[in-house]
Parts: sequence; structure tokens; C-alpha cells
Amino acid sequence: MSVAAAFFYLFSAVMIASAFMVIAARNPVHSVLFLILAFVNASGLFILLGAEFLAMILVVVYVGAVAVLFLFVVMMLDVDFAVLKKGMLQYAPVAAIIGMIVVIELALVVGGWTAKPGAAPKVVSNLSNTEALGRVLYTQYAYFFQAAGMILLTAMIGAIVLTLHHKPGVKRQVIVDQNARDRKEAVELKKVPSRTGI
Amino acid sequence: MEIGLTHYLIVAAILFTTGVAGIIINHKNIIVILMSVEIILLAVNINMVAFSVYLGDLTGQVFSLLILTVAAAEAAIGLAILVAYFRNRGSIDVDDINTMKG
Repeated sequence: MSVAAAFFYLFSAVMIASAFMVIAARNPVHSVLFLILAFVNASGLFILLGAEFLAMILVVVYVGAVAVLFLFVVMMLDVDFAVLKKGMLQYAPVAAIIGMIVVIELALVVGGWTAKPGAAPKVVSNLSNTEALGRVLYTQYAYFFQAAGMILLTAMIGAIVLTLHHKPGVKRQVIVDQNARDRKEAVELKKVPSRTGI
Repeated sequence: MEIGLTHYLIVAAILFTTGVAGIIINHKNIIVILMSVEIILLAVNINMVAFSVYLGDLTGQVFSLLILTVAAAEAAIGLAILVAYFRNRGSIDVDDINTMKG
């Protein structure tokens, strides 16, 4: 068994085990941490495939942003998760049945055809993965790239609108009022008599 | 034994199934449901990248990038809805989310 095959089995086993722990863990914080482990192992699989750029993006976007967002929300919401876990085992048989059905369907699909023996990863050019991806992403798929930007912008505005709430009684800066202020209302001249206060 | 396309597809299929089962098992806890959706999208990404590499076509990796974008946006929006809902109701039990039921 080659080193690449050994690493493939290592990454796959850890990834599947941690994905199982994500859905089985009692504490949601543990779920998030196992999710991070699954993503890191998937990133290792991507490196084995030769997709280095996506592997790095997976670590940066998922582990750095999405998982931390999950962790933040889990810790911010003061939820009694013990109540939510009640009745979990009651649905385990249903989940197992549906899981088995999906596995059988996928096995039928996989067993229905075979990869051509000796099918190896094709090397299209001698460019690095990142450079090759950049060459198609900014030319052939420029509109998709723009659409992805629009999706992220929409998500950002939506998240801000959903979570922002104005507390009454908080003093805010009103720039119009500030600019409309002039010397007459801002400065008052007091005539102070000698040896007495105001 | 050489690692081929089929190996990656089987791993992705197991991961996908785990995600689907997770949605059903944790049907009350919407945070874990969102995490299961992330697992499903990860399985799809592995499929995309494996096919892309073995067919020698970069389109799969470009679409994998787009899936990543959509997954990040979906997580952000989902969690924002969750925070807004929790602020109003003080609970995130899925069974309680029936205000719009006629």
C-alpha cells in the first residue's frame, strides 16, 4: 500500500468518524469541534486529489469562518440542550432506515458502473492548480464569480438586517443635527459680575 | 491497492448518508441540523472535486468553489435567523416554530 493510499484511508476514516460524532454528540460545542475536524480531513483529501487551492479555501472559509460562526452562536444562545436531546433515540430507527435506503441506492449507483481500469488523474497542463483555476475562474466563469459575490453580499446584508436591533434610549450620532448647529445656539455669552459666580 | 475515483465516491456517499441521518436524528436541534447540511454539502464538494480531477476538467472545482460560497452564505443567514428567533421566543425548539401555521 502506497503512502498516498494510507493517507487516503486515514483521512477518510477520521472524517467519517468525526462526521458521525457531529450528529451523535450530546454537547453542541463538541459537535462543532468535530465538524472542524471533519473539514480539516476533507481538506487533506483535497490535497491528495491535487486540488490544493480548494483545500486551502476549505480550511480558511469553513474552519476559519463558518465553524467559528457556529461556535459563536452555540455559545451565545443560552439553550437547554438536554431538552432538545429528549426523544432523540426515538427517531434513531427512522434515521437508520432512511440511511440504509440511501446507502443501498448509492451502492446500486456505484455498483451500476465501473471506472475504467487504470483511470488516473489527468494532468491538463503544467500550471499549478491555483493558477489553472484562476485562469478559468476570471475568464470563462466570470459571471459565476460575480454571482457568487452577489450571493455573499446578499447574505451579509441579510444577516446584518436580521440581527441588528435598535435599543431605545441609546444616544446616537445624528449628523444632520450636528451640521445644522451654528454659532448662535452653540455659544452663549454670559456677562459675569465681578467677584460672584454665575 | 491504488486509490481510484470509486473510493472517493464511496467516501462521499457515506458522508452524505451521515448528514441525512443527522437531520432526522437531531430533528429538534436546529443548530445540529444546520451542521448536518454542511456535512452534506461537503460530501457534494468531494464528489465534484474527485470527478473534476479524474476527468481532467476544472469546471468541477469552479462549481465546488461556488458551492462553498453558497454554503457559507446559507450558514450565515441560517444562524442569523436562529439568533433573531431565539431573541423573540427564548427557545430554538423546531416543534415550537409553528407561528405561521394556518
